[in-house]
Amino acid sequence: MYATTYHKPKTLAEAVKLYTNSDEPSYLSGGHTLIPTLKSRLAAPAHLIDVRNIPELFGIEVTADKVIIGSATKHAVVAASGEIKAAIPALSGLAGSIGDVQVRHMGTIGGSTANNDPAADYPAAVLSLDATLHTDRREIPAEDYFQGLYTTALEPGEILVRVEFKTPEIAGYAKFRNPASRYSMAASFVARHRDGHIRVAITGAGNEGVFRWTEAEELLTVNFSAEALEGLTIDPSRMMGDMHAPADYRAHLVAVMTRRAVQNLGGTHIL
Amino acid sequence: MSRITITVNGAPQTREVEDRTMLVQFIREHLGLTGTHVGCDTSQCGACTIHLDGEAVKSCTVLAVAADGSQVTTIEGLAEGGKLHDVQQAFREHHGLQCGYCTPGMIMASVDMIRRHDGMLDEHTVRHELEGNICRCTGYHNIVKAVLDAAEKHRAAHAVAAE
Ligand SMILES: Cc1cc2nc3c(=O)[nH]c(=O)nc-3n(C[C@H](O)[C@H](O)[C@H](O)COP(=O)(O)OP(=O)(O)OC[C@H]3O[C@@H](n4cnc5c(N)ncnc54)[C@H](O)[C@@H]3O)c2cc1C
Ligand code: FES
Ligand code: FES
Repeated sequence: MYATTYHKPKTLAEAVKLYTNSDEPSYLSGGHTLIPTLKSRLAAPAHLIDVRNIPELFGIEVTADKVIIGSATKHAVVAASGEIKAAIPALSGLAGSIGDVQVRHMGTIGGSTANNDPAADYPAAVLSLDATLHTDRREIPAEDYFQGLYTTALEPGEILVRVEFKTPEIAGYAKFRNPASRYSMAASFVARHRDGHIRVAITGAGNEGVFRWTEAEELLTVNFSAEALEGLTIDPSRMMGDMHAPADYRAHLVAVMTRRAVQNLGGTHIL
Repeated sequence: MSRITITVNGAPQTREVEDRTMLVQFIREHLGLTGTHVGCDTSQCGACTIHLDGEAVKSCTVLAVAADGSQVTTIEGLAEGGKLHDVQQAFREHHGLQCGYCTPGMIMASVDMIRRHDGMLDEHTVRHELEGNICRCTGYHNIVKAVLDAAEKHRAAHAVAAE
């Protein structure tokens, strides 16, 4: 890792000011994506601005129809929250399935959502649960937020402050993990919202990152059961292919995981 | 450079460090506590696991400056008055180590696990929760046995304490 200068601002305004006035700055949250990247010298920010001292980035609020999570909240805290588990069990199960215990003690929802790794878990929940991303300057609907591999609507210097999920009528998450890295090779988050609309978000598989599988949503709108999805396939040309899983295998997994998510509504199914 | 103070195994330690220093480097090279190992240096293997403010984390992926003001426990901090911690003792009795390289990380992860579950562990949970620790000697079987034994001791001690 190259030399860098570390900052730990106490307010959002101070953080943004530091970012704006620095040469080659980067925000740092749990560091469990960024630090490995710095160690392999794939990035070399001259200034690291740690956001974990800013009070607005912490806290969990569960209302009658929303779950709001501060962006610096660790995966382990989300997984252990009884309130979140009662409101959206699939979301707490998802947080508890990320990486391993040590990773969950450091990694944060904001870091994961800002990073938008095509194999990350949270983006599937953000998209399926029709979330709103609150930043230091505006609100971004999930629909407009994800813009392809490792790309989001966040502008340089914009800080993700909290993620506001809509509490669905019911939701389920199913993922098939790479046995070595434990990142998903295909995962599906299925939610039926209170107004009846259904959202299916797929992560780990798409060659443009997380996406909504609209064909599955249409079938589930007519008949909200795994049987409705029998025979539905997804075009392998939309899938990533690598040494762990070629595109046609990932396409197969997407269909299986989506059926499993529907069979496990109200929880998670981790393979 | 930053001047930081981290309380390690109960003793405050103040040092001048480069901002890019990892916590594991601070522990091993600045403090000379070499019980914490570096296996992969890429956040995968868990050999560098320590407790940061009471939680198991991989110290190769935490900046020392970011841990300024924190409490750290390393493998050297577990034994009390020359008596091994129950988890250390259980690893010894069940032959939970071969070359011993992964052992400090395994033990720190296990102590954290037993605490979080208050000793209520079964084999499936132990195997699942040790996912972040790799043993290249592949001695998982006896590691799991050792953790289950230490968990049972933890439950027994707490049952006595409750009476
Ligand atoms: C061994 C291992 C296994 C893992 N397995 C999984 C897995 O199974 N599933 C999964 O989803 N993830 C996995 N991860 C990734 C982990 O969840 C990361 O913690 C997460 O992706 C990034 O969060 P962070 O808080 O660590 O962010 P950091 O690494 O600190 O930051 C990531 C990026 O986001 C930016 N950023 C951070 N916070 C903000 C903010 N508030 N506003 C704007 N930008 C911000 C940073 O500048 C950086 O570019 C794994 C990581 C490791 C090391
Ligand atoms: S040395 Fe830190 S995880 Fe391997
Ligand atoms: S005992 Fe050798 S690596 Fe685990």
